[in-house]
Amino acid sequence: MTNKIEVKNLYKVFGSNPERAVEMLEKGMSKDEILEKTGLGVGVSNASFNVRQGEILVLMGLSGSGKSTLVRCLNRLIEPTAGQILVDGEDIAVANSEELRMIRQQKFGMVFQHFALFPHRTVLQNAVYGLEIKGVEKDEREEAGRQALEQVGLKGWEDSHPAQLSGGMQQRVGLARALALDPDILLMDEAFSALDPLIRSDMQDELLELQSRVKKTIVFISHDLDEAFKLGDRIVLMKDGQIVQEGTAEDILAKPANEYVERFVEGIDISKVLTAESVMHKPEEVASYKNDGPRSALWKMKHEGISSIFVLSENRTLEGIVTADDASEALKRGEKDLGGILIRDIKKVSPETSANELFPLLAEAKYPVAVVNEQDRLLGIIVRGALLAGLSEGVLSNDDS
Amino acid sequence: MMIPKLPVGEAIEAGIEFLSDNFSFATKAFAEVVETGIDLIVDGMMLFHPLILIAVIALLVWLVTRKRGITIFAGAGLLLILNFGLWEPTVSTVALVVVATMIAIMIGLPLGILAALNGKAYKIIMPILDFMQTMPAFVYLIPAIPFFGLGVVAAIFSTVIFSVPPSIRLTCLGIRQVPEELIEAADSFGSSKRQKLFKLQLPMATSTIMAGINQTIMLGLSMVVIAAMIGAKGLGGEVWRAIQRLDPASGFDAGIGIVIIAIILDRTMQSLGSSAVKK
Repeated sequence: MTNKIEVKNLYKVFGSNPERAVEMLEKGMSKDEILEKTGLGVGVSNASFNVRQGEILVLMGLSGSGKSTLVRCLNRLIEPTAGQILVDGEDIAVANSEELRMIRQQKFGMVFQHFALFPHRTVLQNAVYGLEIKGVEKDEREEAGRQALEQVGLKGWEDSHPAQLSGGMQQRVGLARALALDPDILLMDEAFSALDPLIRSDMQDELLELQSRVKKTIVFISHDLDEAFKLGDRIVLMKDGQIVQEGTAEDILAKPANEYVERFVEGIDISKVLTAESVMHKPEEVASYKNDGPRSALWKMKHEGISSIFVLSENRTLEGIVTADDASEALKRGEKDLGGILIRDIKKVSPETSANELFPLLAEAKYPVAVVNEQDRLLGIIVRGALLAGLSEGVLSNDDS
Repeated sequence: MMIPKLPVGEAIEAGIEFLSDNFSFATKAFAEVVETGIDLIVDGMMLFHPLILIAVIALLVWLVTRKRGITIFAGAGLLLILNFGLWEPTVSTVALVVVATMIAIMIGLPLGILAALNGKAYKIIMPILDFMQTMPAFVYLIPAIPFFGLGVVAAIFSTVIFSVPPSIRLTCLGIRQVPEELIEAADSFGSSKRQKLFKLQLPMATSTIMAGINQTIMLGLSMVVIAAMIGAKGLGGEVWRAIQRLDPASGFDAGIGIVIIAIILDRTMQSLGSSAVKK
């Protein structure tokens, strides 16, 4: 896959004569030392990463980690102190102001945390802002604006003002405004963080659905682990202005680069209190080792739309799991029972297992993890999505208290 | 040891003298033109029967405010002025205020925009405004005379100086208080400075700018009485004459006239400002 954006050794230091801090950073001094010695604030330190054509890259970190600064360096809303930002091979960091305006008009669309809609303009006028700046004719831009609004599900709201819309709808306008330009790259700065959790989840789904159609290159900023795992094809984790890990959700779950990432992935408090019992769900269907053969097991799987099924003994203890692929093979071979295709080596956990322990298990597991009691009876199953959902509900109830 | 008085005032006087010696031919000519213009406005308005004019004004107020109360007040107030026999001075006062306000806006808007967009300009302009606003308004009358001669133009000159600061300040404030995220949004789409100004900053600052213009008008009105001291006619002139004759009756008549004009202008401008917000 080709790289759409390549960021090389990017630094951003706030203050006067920031270059001296870059040297200090290169010598290995920390952000705090530099602040103490020079009074300069380090925003981003030696960041290098690539964004591939057509992927969603999530830049994740806590507030103050430099992620918002970094994304603003990409279109130079914030001037980087040193380093290169190559977009389609062209270094944006050295573009003059006129070239920069052209690049912004042609390649970037940006969506902001607090929507940043223009309150004096209607929804449609907001959506066409970028095209208006570009000098597109009125009819043409309104056509594009209407299409963009339709894409985000706001048909019929064209003549309303932003203040009349709910938060979620306002952010749809923000998204439409960015999409109307048909940019190659979407920069989304905590785009869903200001929305309440249910709407946020809807918007994430819609973004994924939209992305499957429009195939933009998206750089998405988030401080929310679930959001990052849900949206990100790859994730870049930041701390104190530095990139601490880059990779897929799997990589980060399975091999945290350092203690910080590990703590981040733990979701700190919530995942510790979250147990297997609270995130498991009842299996849709189970097979009986004694009564079911490949044919009936396959039928049960098809019926429930699942790709594997847990197999129980007569007294309802867990025997193992059978996959749909194996079952149909066995059927072709004419086998009558499940003995030949039963996978006994499956991950079992007790109901009290914490989410921390579940993460690595789920990252490795090929099948759903089984939750069993002392008698080895199947209580429930956990799939990866359920754990994340459980985590986000944990966040919810924490917020409420 | 006595420290001799520092000749600050004298220096300013010398400066004014130099300017008036060298440029007063131009400023006096300018004064003639403006004075003729104002006379024309007044004469033009006097051509109509006052009742027709009052009806037209009340209609305008209605169209702008859509409020019954202020419309009735405008009609009744102007009829009262007519009844006082103060119609002509009122017309000339309004003409003076309108001309002074237009000049103040023409100066104030660009300077306000400049101060908002340019940090250096801001640092230079703001202390000057402080100076202009705290200096007693009477003082402006003195240098106005050598440049423009006695009369309405000198009055307009000092009125403009006295009333322009709120226009500048509130224009600047209105533009500066456009949220940073909106500026970023406009920038992120590649807006030029001019596009940003006309598509975002000025529209969003409109209500604040209107408040500034409103204040400019009110300050202008408060200045007309003072300006009467150097020969501006109008309601201020009536008040000034009443002071000299110790004639409370005609003084209050003219004073009430000024209040009525002020209320009509203020309410109308305010509703212009708030309708700008709704758009």
